[in-house]
Amino acid sequence: MSALLELEDVHARYGPVRALHGVSLAVGEGEVVAVLGANGAGKTTTLRAISGTVHRNGALRFAGRALPGEPDAVARLGIAHVPEGRGTFAELSVWENLRLGAYTRRGSLKSDFDRVLAYFPWLADRRNQQAGTLSGGEQQMLALARAFMQHPRLLLLDEPSLGLAPLLVSEVFRIVRELNENEGVSVLVVEQNAHIALQVAQAAFVLEVGRVALAGPTADLQQHESVRKSYLGY
Amino acid sequence: MVELTRRLPTMGRRLPVSPLIILLGAACVFLLVGSLESTIFAQQTVSGVAIGVVYGSLALALVLIYRATEVINFAQGEMAMATTYIAYQLILWGLSYWEAFFITLVLAFVFGVVVQLAVVRPVAHKSVIAVVIVTVGLFILIDGIVAWIWTADIKFMPAPFGNHAYNLGGVAISRQDLGTIAITLVSVVVLWALFRFTKLGLGMRAAALRPASASLVGVRVDRMLAVGWGLAAVLGAVAGLMAEPAVLVLQPTFMQPILLYGFAAAVLGGLESPAGAVVGGIAIGVFVNLVGQYVHFVTSDVRQPVAFAVLLVVLLIKPTGLFGRRRVRKV
Repeated sequence: MSALLELEDVHARYGPVRALHGVSLAVGEGEVVAVLGANGAGKTTTLRAISGTVHRNGALRFAGRALPGEPDAVARLGIAHVPEGRGTFAELSVWENLRLGAYTRRGSLKSDFDRVLAYFPWLADRRNQQAGTLSGGEQQMLALARAFMQHPRLLLLDEPSLGLAPLLVSEVFRIVRELNENEGVSVLVVEQNAHIALQVAQAAFVLEVGRVALAGPTADLQQHESVRKSYLGY
Repeated sequence: MVELTRRLPTMGRRLPVSPLIILLGAACVFLLVGSLESTIFAQQTVSGVAIGVVYGSLALALVLIYRATEVINFAQGEMAMATTYIAYQLILWGLSYWEAFFITLVLAFVFGVVVQLAVVRPVAHKSVIAVVIVTVGLFILIDGIVAWIWTADIKFMPAPFGNHAYNLGGVAISRQDLGTIAITLVSVVVLWALFRFTKLGLGMRAAALRPASASLVGVRVDRMLAVGWGLAAVLGAVAGLMAEPAVLVLQPTFMQPILLYGFAAAVLGGLESPAGAVVGGIAIGVFVNLVGQYVHFVTSDVRQPVAFAVLLVVLLIKPTGLFGRRRVRKV
């Protein structure tokens, strides 16, 4: 499998504070990859390094080419980043949020919207609702729908389970899996909830204080003693 | 990490403004009844609306930039003044008024973009106060350059609408007033439609509201800010060109009182509300005209202080302005 995204020895810092100390990881074409780790391990920063929202250096390649450093240029390459807090345009309507998802593309949005409705039928009645008035779960779904509108090759998801009820969490991950299987979108997902992340992902990386501590196919990691103790709790 | 969030999600549409609607409705009824009672009142009202929409469009330019960058562009009036001089020069070179008008709007757009790129962007990341100081410097710079090129002597421009007046039921309404109202409102509506219906407008709104999220979906935030300054300069140019016949003469200081009224209109409207800016401008235009007509100690020397006294009272009662909403900042 050729790697769609490759990070090699990536460092990142917030001002004087170093957050990544040489992270190397890869996401294959059509793969779902999870990034696990404790608070402050650098999971979010890894995603931000990819999308160019934090100052970083090191080798970052997407589809064989070096990733640009500006977030809007990264987005135009086909990388959709759903950040912490979901990146909802709370003041705008649901429909305007979806239109912004398709901002990097040309052409009609109507057929895309119909396809979005296949995944999120409830959006049909909420087109004109102000996005900030949606519930947390709905906003997470809207964020996925917005990313879908971008037709991404790679989807970066930051803690999609955060603040959601367990039922909604499995719903979100069910849709992530469907997007991956039906649309061929590769996914790099950062998640505290290792149980569900490992159910959906084919491979995972475990970060500890800004470095990759463990990596491998999920089946292997689930057997790994320290992963079980630290992240799965048995 | 301590961070000031730019804007918090507001819960629900901000429609519960019924006291405001009642207030505006009452004001309209008052103006209508007054106009039916007295022709002078009617004439003062119409010319107040005409100068008011000019204040309103300059206020709208201020609001556009304020919403995108949280900065008041103190040079907005002087930029409008400079573009009016450009129109003056084009007419002097033999173009008709309306040819000069539209070419000036294009040049104003370029002017606004260049100002943003050349002097605002380099300091934009430093602090709000740095940008404010730059706009104050720009005010002085533009004043100097215009006086250097065209001298500070009074100039005259042809009247765009002629000096005819229509007689509507005994009330003489000048073509100048009607034309000013029409041109200004059309430019405001075009701008509104641009923001509301086009992809560029959506990108600009996203960039202003949530720059970080906007860049993640591929919006070039820097470019949007530059376009925003360009559009603000176009609105300012419309305001300048429409204000010039009202103040009758062209000189480097002619936009300064208008900027003050425009600023007052923006604050009255809530500083973040485009509709508020236009309504605020009209309210101030009409109010100042009527007070000047009927309150005898208010001569033209004290019109500005009176307008600002009223503004002060409004802000003491309702600090968020007419259309503003209380903004909560999370720290």
